[in-house]
Amino acid sequence: MELLLSLQDVSYAYHNLKGETPALSHISFEVSQGEFLAIVGPSGCGKSTLLSIIAGLLTPEQGDLFYKGQYITDRGTDSVMRVGYMPQRDHLFEWRTIYQNVILGLELRHELTPERRDYVLSLLDEYGLYPFRDKKPSELSGGMRQRAALIRTMAIRPDLFLLDEPFSALDSQTRLNVSADIAQIIRSTDKTALLITHDLPEAVTLADRVLVLSKRPACVKREMPIRFSLDRSDPLGIRNTAEYRLYFNQLWEVLTNEQSEIHTG
Amino acid sequence: MNSPRSTQADGISANQRLFLKAHRHHHHVVALSRFLLAAAFLILWEAAAAMGWIDPFFFSSPSGIAGCLWSMIADRSFFVHTGITLSEILISFVLVTIFSLSAASLLWYTRGLAEVLEPYLVVLNSLPKSALAPLLIVWLGTGTDTIIVSGISVAVFGSVINLYTGFCQADPEMLKLIYTLGGNRRDAFLKVIFPSSIPLILSNMKVNIGLSLVGVIIGEFLAAKRGLGYLIIYGSQVFQLNMMITSIIILCVIAMIFYKLIQNLEHCYKKKY
Repeated sequence: MELLLSLQDVSYAYHNLKGETPALSHISFEVSQGEFLAIVGPSGCGKSTLLSIIAGLLTPEQGDLFYKGQYITDRGTDSVMRVGYMPQRDHLFEWRTIYQNVILGLELRHELTPERRDYVLSLLDEYGLYPFRDKKPSELSGGMRQRAALIRTMAIRPDLFLLDEPFSALDSQTRLNVSADIAQIIRSTDKTALLITHDLPEAVTLADRVLVLSKRPACVKREMPIRFSLDRSDPLGIRNTAEYRLYFNQLWEVLTNEQSEIHTG
Repeated sequence: MNSPRSTQADGISANQRLFLKAHRHHHHVVALSRFLLAAAFLILWEAAAAMGWIDPFFFSSPSGIAGCLWSMIADRSFFVHTGITLSEILISFVLVTIFSLSAASLLWYTRGLAEVLEPYLVVLNSLPKSALAPLLIVWLGTGTDTIIVSGISVAVFGSVINLYTGFCQADPEMLKLIYTLGGNRRDAFLKVIFPSSIPLILSNMKVNIGLSLVGVIIGEFLAAKRGLGYLIIYGSQVFQLNMMITSIIILCVIAMIFYKLIQNLEHCYKKKY
């Protein structure tokens, strides 16, 4: 598989008058085209900082980023690599209709061509939101809102999806279905995705590979490829397999070691 | 026989019907009590003046006020004075709204500027604005300019601070979304900050219309030849208590109408979203 994104020795620290707080320490990893990579770690370990760096909102203090071999460390948010960021809540704007919400990215990039408009409408149609295109977000269910948020991200045809705990605002039952739903859509379009989560079952169920980060300052603690003999479309079925339990237990051990180190040290 | 739990043909249960009835009853009682309170006050006032318990020369009376209002309408002075005060309030309100929106937007847009100007804004806002009125007379003379500037000065600083603080409280995740979708700071303002601040802007307008009225009346006290503020001061100088209280009542009505108008605007907005 083609190499899409690589991080080399990336470090970052936050500064204030009381001193500096290191958030990331010498992080290196690679993401291949079409891969679904999950990043898990103790809460507050710097996962969101990592996402901001990949999204181009922050420039690392040390280390470099490459997109298909091209140097992109201090590119800002311009479009060498198109990032499709999905925040923790759907953040659909209540003062816009669903259609106006999903074309937001195209509007901001001045790319609202008739061809793109048709693409967005076809996405709405494909994911069952076409009849709701003129409704306000508040009239939609949680799952439909997530789909609208995903279409808003897909509309700009991103090279990389950045999912920042995108399901954490949903109740657990909806979450299970919606996360499987969203992952399925991303997979079927052969898109690359980077999912940040503190939910281990979610990471194991959805990802091709799981990266475990240490406590702050975060470094890569463990990298584990995940393979199932079963089809991924059934999140509950996957969670009942022996493979799932094996992966889960191994990752759980790494994470709990990390947690206990926090408590004892 | 219907038990209280049974549902009627129109789909409203007996309990819901009871609730609606109690609710309506409560509202009627409140409305009636308000009316009776006002009526009792007016009757007592009128009686006290007629029976000589209070001196109507100093305390006026409802009939005296009604007579004064009628004669003001008859000789058209009601329309002249109310019209002038109304237009001064409106002009200073519109100018306050435009200026404070632009200033708050500029402060949000250039963060350094806000940091530099903050202490000055706080000082200007906490200053009693009536202290500025004599200064305005020296600078601008006695006339409409002074009165409008006085109306602006009372509302504008607080309004800028209020709007700017509101702009800064926008959800940072929403701004992050705009930036990752390829937007800049201007986009963030136009697509997120401004539309999400519309309820704040409306409630800010509600405060501003009241404050503009205060400022305009202060201005008219000191620098007017016409207007309701002028009538109040003139009335006090010639012991025309009827004229003073009539003017105050007209001011009450004006304030109430403005407040209601903006409240209706708020309701329209809430209904839409």
